[in-house]
Amino acid sequence: MEFSGTKEYISTSDLTVAVNASIALEKPLLVKGEPGTGKTELAKQIANSLDLEIIEWSIKSTTKAQQGLYEYDAVSRLRDSQLGNTVKKVEKYIKKGKLWISFETKNKSVLLIDEIDKADIEFPNDLLQELDKMEFHVYETGQLVKAKNRPIVIITSNNEKELPEAFLRRCFFHYIQFPELETLKKIVKVHFPEIKKSLLNSALQTFFEIRETPGLKKKPSTSEALDWIKLLLIEDLDPSDLKSNNRDLLPKLHGALIKNEQDIQLFEQLAFMSRNAR
Amino acid sequence: MFLDFFLKLKDSKIPVSLKEFLTFLQALEFNFVQFDVNKFYYLARASLVKDEKLIDKFDIIFGEYFNSIERIDIDDVIKFLNIPQDWLKKLSSKNFSNEEIEKIKSLGSFEKLIETLKKRLSEQKKRHQGGNKWIGTSGTSPFGAYGYNPEGVRIGQHESRYRKAIKVWDKRIFKDFDETNELDNRGFQVALKRLRTWARTGIEDELDIESTIRETAKNGYLDIKTRKERENSIKILLFLDVGGSMDDYIELTERLFSAAQNVFKNLKYFYFHNCLYEGVWKNNKRRWEERFLTSDIFRTFGKEYKCIFVGDAQMSPYEIISPGGGNEHFNDEPGSVWLERAVEQWPSNLWINPTPKNEWGFSHSTSLIKEIFMNRMVPLTIQGIEEGTKILSKK
Repeated sequence: MEFSGTKEYISTSDLTVAVNASIALEKPLLVKGEPGTGKTELAKQIANSLDLEIIEWSIKSTTKAQQGLYEYDAVSRLRDSQLGNTVKKVEKYIKKGKLWISFETKNKSVLLIDEIDKADIEFPNDLLQELDKMEFHVYETGQLVKAKNRPIVIITSNNEKELPEAFLRRCFFHYIQFPELETLKKIVKVHFPEIKKSLLNSALQTFFEIRETPGLKKKPSTSEALDWIKLLLIEDLDPSDLKSNNRDLLPKLHGALIKNEQDIQLFEQLAFMSRNAR
Repeated sequence: MFLDFFLKLKDSKIPVSLKEFLTFLQALEFNFVQFDVNKFYYLARASLVKDEKLIDKFDIIFGEYFNSIERIDIDDVIKFLNIPQDWLKKLSSKNFSNEEIEKIKSLGSFEKLIETLKKRLSEQKKRHQGGNKWIGTSGTSPFGAYGYNPEGVRIGQHESRYRKAIKVWDKRIFKDFDETNELDNRGFQVALKRLRTWARTGIEDELDIESTIRETAKNGYLDIKTRKERENSIKILLFLDVGGSMDDYIELTERLFSAAQNVFKNLKYFYFHNCLYEGVWKNNKRRWEERFLTSDIFRTFGKEYKCIFVGDAQMSPYEIISPGGGNEHFNDEPGSVWLERAVEQWPSNLWINPTPKNEWGFSHSTSLIKEIFMNRMVPLTIQGIEEGTKILSKK
């Protein structure tokens, strides 16, 4: 079982090595990187290329580790007992969490734990044993849940919180760099195979120029580039339309690239300055 | 296998555990990494480094270790231009005598300098037959020779002209993530989050299952209990120095400020100039019209507030120690008195200084303020803020 990128997803060789190492040794892979560089997409593509089921667990600030294992619905059991129903069967009130579900799939599955840093600082620590041994106890019934097939675990993080050492030690780690021009070209071609070379070149040139403007609050990344090029194709623009003239430093349809009012103001100021300089 | 490498990583303070190292060795058995040095490097990186801030350090050590095994071509060394300044400084004196430095200066141009260096290096190659490590503090490193730069030419500028394919780890693409760099505000946020203390406040709108069950069992009917939501209860009072010498640090301070606003719900801030006196303000445009009396602030914000000053602490010492020393108005009481009052009012306090730590010793006013704050001064870097949160967390 080896991953090597898919038709829709260009995987750099360092990413490929990290993914394969984590598949081979059955350890989680922690993926970090700028927003919009394809962290979440990675898990989906791994599932796709290896033809496995994907189970997504999106983490919110209120998510507890326990919810990934199972939830015991004490309130409805209490209610049922009030109504005079028999409530001896505890299992009826236990709801399986994503981790449990991924342990029970027929084949291997891909478990995506998305944005783990959103949760409380202690969250990763609470999952240490479960991810390490791929088993846990259900306290209410005394049942031991053990993975039939150890899932491929992909964890993404946006770096909002630092993760605990003990957790990191159990993972492989990969930081997705913003792609270089050549890689980005490949990525765009994968998504829009029909794009003309001249448009691709000038669009990406403009894109990198914008990205490298100092002082930007939010740099546009891969997903923004793809959205923008999609718009360019829909509007059927010519490469020459993209050349920024002096009046306006921002290219056409820049709304897909720059999503921050302050950043747009920054460009307006720059344009103003360059006009005055003439 | 590679035990030296492991120890070297340990020595350089990259937190790598034996378990991770064993995982790495285990992974080597699989054929997807065999016979390819780049893949080998990627695997080592993925299994041994867990923080992008440390990857740059890792790259250096990887290069250092594996190049002492696989000797590198002298031409590659010449092409490799991006090396830390302090190594060069250390090494240049060993490779050139003073007369030689004079001579190079007299040669004039950058091209000539390169020529001389190349000649020099090939001589060295013959003499040290393969034993020369190319990075590090070893005295025979050819890099040292390259480091001397008498005409003030920035080496990097000629990069494109001399660049050839270099090894992946030599590119050091993760350099920007090195922890000692001042980072964007996400880093500050992470650091500041350590200060959070949780408490239940506000209205009772969260279902408290445990006490609901307990009370229901006790009373014999369904008795719903609620409790207050858990919230971050820390209170922060921020004083920011503006104007004058602080202009250089506006962006950095802005980042800290917006990070703090994101992390703490209960944040109050005021501005001052150079040193704290009888008045502060909240709006820099209306700083003379809308003033707040410092003594009022003392009365308004109690001891539970944690008080943070952000300023470069660089001013004339008179602005701190003598009445009337303030450079914008006449102050009846010296700044030091106001600062001491603040320190007394808020026992949990800290001074964050955006100037580099190694410059603090040169400014008299900085040492004065540091003394008033009983040494609780930290630089405005991620590490500094982390240190600061530890100081503030102490009861």
